[in-house]
Amino acid sequence: MKVTVRYFASLREQMGRAEDVLSVEGDVLTVAELWRGYISSQPMGQNILIAVNMEYANVDVQVHDGDEVAFFPPVTGG
Amino acid sequence: MQVVIRDGEFDPYAELQAYQQTTLTPGRYGSVVSFVGTLRDMHEGMAVSAMSLEHYPGMTERQIAKVCQEAAERWSLDDMLVVHRVGEILPAEPIVLVAVWSSHRVDGFEACRYIINFLKQRAPFWKQEQLADGKRWVEGNTIDVGADALASNGGAQ
Repeated sequence: MKVTVRYFASLREQMGRAEDVLSVEGDVLTVAELWRGYISSQPMGQNILIAVNMEYANVDVQVHDGDEVAFFPPVTGG
Repeated sequence: MQVVIRDGEFDPYAELQAYQQTTLTPGRYGSVVSFVGTLRDMHEGMAVSAMSLEHYPGMTERQIAKVCQEAAERWSLDDMLVVHRVGEILPAEPIVLVAVWSSHRVDGFEACRYIINFLKQRAPFWKQEQLADGKRWVEGNTIDVGADALASNGGAQ
């Protein structure tokens, strides 16, 4: 299955890229499994926020084919 | 309800007036409450010469609209307008407008405060300041301590 991953702000700078388009084995996996298996061997930072299809999520949320997953630092708008 | 993300300068008072003239019915609302956030030239003792504001197109608008919908469910409101800049911003320029129209002022004050407070908590924007010695990502938003005190005193619900 295909998953688009986006990184923002200081996390994007750390990762060295704004986006990954990943080919993932199987039909479903959790955000945690996606990170560990396909993104980084380093643990996700403590305060990194997660969104799946533009809604806030956590590491246990399931990801499916065609989903967009985003990782970003705490937000500072307004 | 309208949520606008604007790349470039805007005049919040002109936006408010234009929205009011085109969308609201005169005489229906008894109150307009607005908040405008502007860029300061100092932060934590350091001079800020500019700020750049990044966002997540699609999610940003969605999360702001959600906050506005929550406010509309909690208070009795006629309409809401949020305009938020992205891109390069200079000191003194407006960053964000939140405007709320209602019959009565208590709904307006409380909804306006709620919207800006939860926009700051949830809307995906990231500020980066231009300082004398380089760029720095802003780490966290200031908290509205008084909002909790108001809530526990039983605001209009």
